[in-house]
Amino acid sequence: MRWMYHIGRYMRLLIRSFRKPEKLSVFKDLLLMELESIGLQSLGIVALLSIFMGAVICLQTAHQIGGWIPIYTIGFTVRQTMILEFSPTLIPVILAGKVGSNIASQIGTMRVTEQIDALDIMGVNSAGYLILPKVVAGVFIVPFLVVFSMVLGVGAGAWIGVATGLSPLADFEYGMQVDFRVFDVVYALTKTIVFGFILTSVSAYHGYFVEGGALEVGKSSTKAVVWSVVIIMVSNLVLTQMLLN
Amino acid sequence: MIELHNLEKSFGDHHVLKDVSANFERGKVNFVIGRSGSGKSVMTKCTVGLIEPDSGFVLFDGRDFTSMSQKDRRGIRQEIGMLFQGSALFDSMTVLKNVEFPLLMLSHMSEMERRNRAMACLERVELGDASTRFPSECSGGMQKRIGIARAIAMNPKYLFCDEPNSGLDPQTAIVIDNLISDITSEYQITTVVVSHDMNSVMEASDTIHFVHQGSICWHGNREGLLDGGVRELEDFVFASDLMRKIRSTI
Repeated sequence: MRWMYHIGRYMRLLIRSFRKPEKLSVFKDLLLMELESIGLQSLGIVALLSIFMGAVICLQTAHQIGGWIPIYTIGFTVRQTMILEFSPTLIPVILAGKVGSNIASQIGTMRVTEQIDALDIMGVNSAGYLILPKVVAGVFIVPFLVVFSMVLGVGAGAWIGVATGLSPLADFEYGMQVDFRVFDVVYALTKTIVFGFILTSVSAYHGYFVEGGALEVGKSSTKAVVWSVVIIMVSNLVLTQMLLN
Repeated sequence: MIELHNLEKSFGDHHVLKDVSANFERGKVNFVIGRSGSGKSVMTKCTVGLIEPDSGFVLFDGRDFTSMSQKDRRGIRQEIGMLFQGSALFDSMTVLKNVEFPLLMLSHMSEMERRNRAMACLERVELGDASTRFPSECSGGMQKRIGIARAIAMNPKYLFCDEPNSGLDPQTAIVIDNLISDITSEYQITTVVVSHDMNSVMEASDTIHFVHQGSICWHGNREGLLDGGVRELEDFVFASDLMRKIRSTI
């Protein structure tokens, strides 16, 4: 029954977080900071992973096809893998590790050093001030990171295919366009928006309710990552079933 | 004036506050003293609404804070300043931004007005020249003074100080005590100081409430404190050799 307590407390925190901000100008400034923190500062890791994953998927696909399977299958597989699963699911999982632990430890430290109490005593809605900008930034910027990842991954696949001579560019381009459905991108971005919400809000929840000291902040950071990943994975299954059937 | 009426609070089986009633007077430094774990911090947190009491109520100048909606509570909280044990300054902001913060969030002042008010508060605690530093670049005593500057930025009617001298050397502690005392009489604030530091009690208190095992078992002033009369209070006040020597001289 403990999980019901956590769900209830999480929902109550979200309701508090989504109240109208005290000052819109302050909210805008915080939102820009979070967009930079969650988005711009994650570009490097997203780019690195996407380039290597796109290239590896290309090489693996080329290794497995032969005989009657056409060469353009390489471009097709790289595109589908990047769009359907790697970018929309694994990038948020990576971000749960990078951004989620950061959010949980930042808010958790504020809790144990009484900075959140200080906000509450002033009459500032601490949940709204600390969590809302992060959640809005996550929901807004993670889809951009995912699109960035898709483009880089497919591009890296094309480059490695041509560079190794496994796939001529024309075949790769053809494969990229074969049976392309815009709905696949819509499906991917829909998942991404949900995952952006999960990774920011679940991490914030774990940080906000820390009790104790530095040790507990560390534990909350770990829990934030683990639970964000678990919930992302379960949501992935549910959303895929809902959207693709 | 702040009135506590029959506050009760338990955490599981642990009965922390037992029928606590007290009056904290305006324009006076009201000390709440007691041993660690006696319930004085819980009492303060119940008073300001950081913890909900199980029963009883708190009146801020006759306004029942306990039964108010969260929205109405926010109105009263804007009249409260609080100095935390660890200062609770925002690490990511400069000293000036810390003091400006409540004004930014809760007032309709222009940027220039906010800055002037924040600088005036910092100068009041003699830290005008530290405005561009970050809290991590300030000493413990400076952080306490910045905390006081932030607490008075909104011209509060009520000031709460949780262990204001913890971790400070005796000389700096006296500076903080005097500052709290001066600000209280200057702005006619109702000040509540939670402490177990007897030097502070003797230096700055106007009224004293002694908390023992979740109940207020004595209240009075510093002269009455030395007279004793309650065994638990005497054990607390005269725990140190120094205090016993003082007692023997009077």
